[in-house]
Amino acid sequence: MTDLHRKTLVELAAGLRARRFSSVELVRAYLERIEASQATLNAFISITGESALRDAQAADAALAAGAAGPLTGVPIAHKDLFCTQGVRTSCGSRMLDNFVSPYDATVVAKLKAAGAITLGKTNMDEFAMGSSNETSYYGPVRNPWNTGMVPGGSSGGSAAAVAARLAPVATATDTGGSIRQPAALCGVTGIKPTYGRVSRYGMVAFASSLDQGGVLATTAMDAALVLREMAGFDSNDSTSVDVPVPDYVAGLEQPLAGLKVGLLKEFFDKGLERRTEKCIREALRVYESLGAVLSEVSLPSLPLSVPVYYVVAPAECSSNLARFDGVRFGHRCANPRDLQDLYRRSRGEGFGAEVKRRIMTGTYVLSAGYFDAYYLKAQRVRQLINADFIRAFQSVDVLMGPTTPTPAFAIGAKTSDPVTMYLNDIYTIGANLAGLPAASIPCGFVEGLPVGLQIVGPHFSEARVLAVAHAFQRDTDWHSRVPRDYA
Amino acid sequence: MPLTREQIASIAALARLDLSSSEIPIYQNSLSSILEFIGALEAADTANVVPMAHPLPGQSQRLRPDVVTESDHHEQYQANASQVAAGLYLVPKVIE
Repeated sequence: MTDLHRKTLVELAAGLRARRFSSVELVRAYLERIEASQATLNAFISITGESALRDAQAADAALAAGAAGPLTGVPIAHKDLFCTQGVRTSCGSRMLDNFVSPYDATVVAKLKAAGAITLGKTNMDEFAMGSSNETSYYGPVRNPWNTGMVPGGSSGGSAAAVAARLAPVATATDTGGSIRQPAALCGVTGIKPTYGRVSRYGMVAFASSLDQGGVLATTAMDAALVLREMAGFDSNDSTSVDVPVPDYVAGLEQPLAGLKVGLLKEFFDKGLERRTEKCIREALRVYESLGAVLSEVSLPSLPLSVPVYYVVAPAECSSNLARFDGVRFGHRCANPRDLQDLYRRSRGEGFGAEVKRRIMTGTYVLSAGYFDAYYLKAQRVRQLINADFIRAFQSVDVLMGPTTPTPAFAIGAKTSDPVTMYLNDIYTIGANLAGLPAASIPCGFVEGLPVGLQIVGPHFSEARVLAVAHAFQRDTDWHSRVPRDYA
Repeated sequence: MPLTREQIASIAALARLDLSSSEIPIYQNSLSSILEFIGALEAADTANVVPMAHPLPGQSQRLRPDVVTESDHHEQYQANASQVAAGLYLVPKVIE
């Protein structure tokens, strides 16, 4: 059974139920692939092999007894910012290097209840702050398509793991593009749901009005299956929305004929690399051939989304990360002189350079005398961007455009200039500011590196977004390409 | 205008972050360029625009019944602390 990793999650779940292979075999196969890849890709921070094999035995017993849930025996990886009871949850930071979570995040608990087995915790940018996975305390993740390149971030470990078939699916989070951008750069399918759709309980907080959990998978169908189990109201999250979760899998076969697709004019700007644009235009032609009707849509305030984000996200981050004080959990400096010294040195030592940069940016924009000029102003412009989206969705069903301006860039290429790095998320941030569901699907290659097509829908239209992605994947095979060394 | 060393030191003090003297010029540079970048917002016409606090309109804070839902987990929680004694978190002496 050496080809198990080439199967989709849906095929694996069916194979387990038909007893064509066991969960133990499956988990062992993926654990071997993870171990073999670690020295090269560094996609995992923690590997939970022992408990995974124990859980797989239990899953096999449940399958034999005919008591299987939708994901029973299927392996999954979790981004290391989802709390996992009894397992280190580091968030890619020295600050939480010694933190063993006392509880499961709602997402983790729900996937466990559905029968999924945790293979381990994936690498990520520290506290999800980064677009290249280079800010991790545990070292960068490498792109399986070309190990000199970044996998994107912040969910770089999850994306690389799915791309290299080290796990059939992985959880991820998206605050400004952290699911979609690595999905594009690693050639996998990623969906960030509507804000409030997936519980944030047990997700280490970065920017609470933007953070949203989601899925990275090889196909939209697999993403639909996992999202159906993850989504839903949770009283433990004060911004969780009590809206029924449709059956995303059952909704995949909606016909595309007559679908009104808006092409985001602002996304086809001069920053968009020419060959990346060519892949996107070809993907749009596929949609046209499937019956979609394309028209150009302009969102005039959208170009301000990156500056808005770099006020709002650091402001929320500086508040959220104030909890790391070296007292109750997390890194504590040696021999503190007094309480202030304990705070300052624990934080100075525990946080990496990018996290400190964002905390300080946030502290500055929230400080007396600057609050109105920066924070309040940004929240007003955010309203304009949101209004642009609402207006656009009055005339189109979904918006499409590139996920990123270029394919993956070289490791180290953008680390010296934070603003250049921030501009990587220029096409993804808008959906976070407006709380919209958005997906990225593979739609071609430039010099052996994957390109992602972005699909954005109105609030709570995950079923539509996934169906639109699925229709493309029925007609093309970009999503089933596997990097040569991991085929 | 680029931020001065003193400004960076004061922001770091507000944020309770200890910075080494070699880190300060790095943040002088990068924070100055970030502030210049976000300065683009100034030109946007936002007269009569209400600041957006939440992505979904019409949400209100829910209240739950005022009943105890948690059980005692202090030993489990304190396993993550650097210093505890007699069920208490220890910090350097605050009051002499």
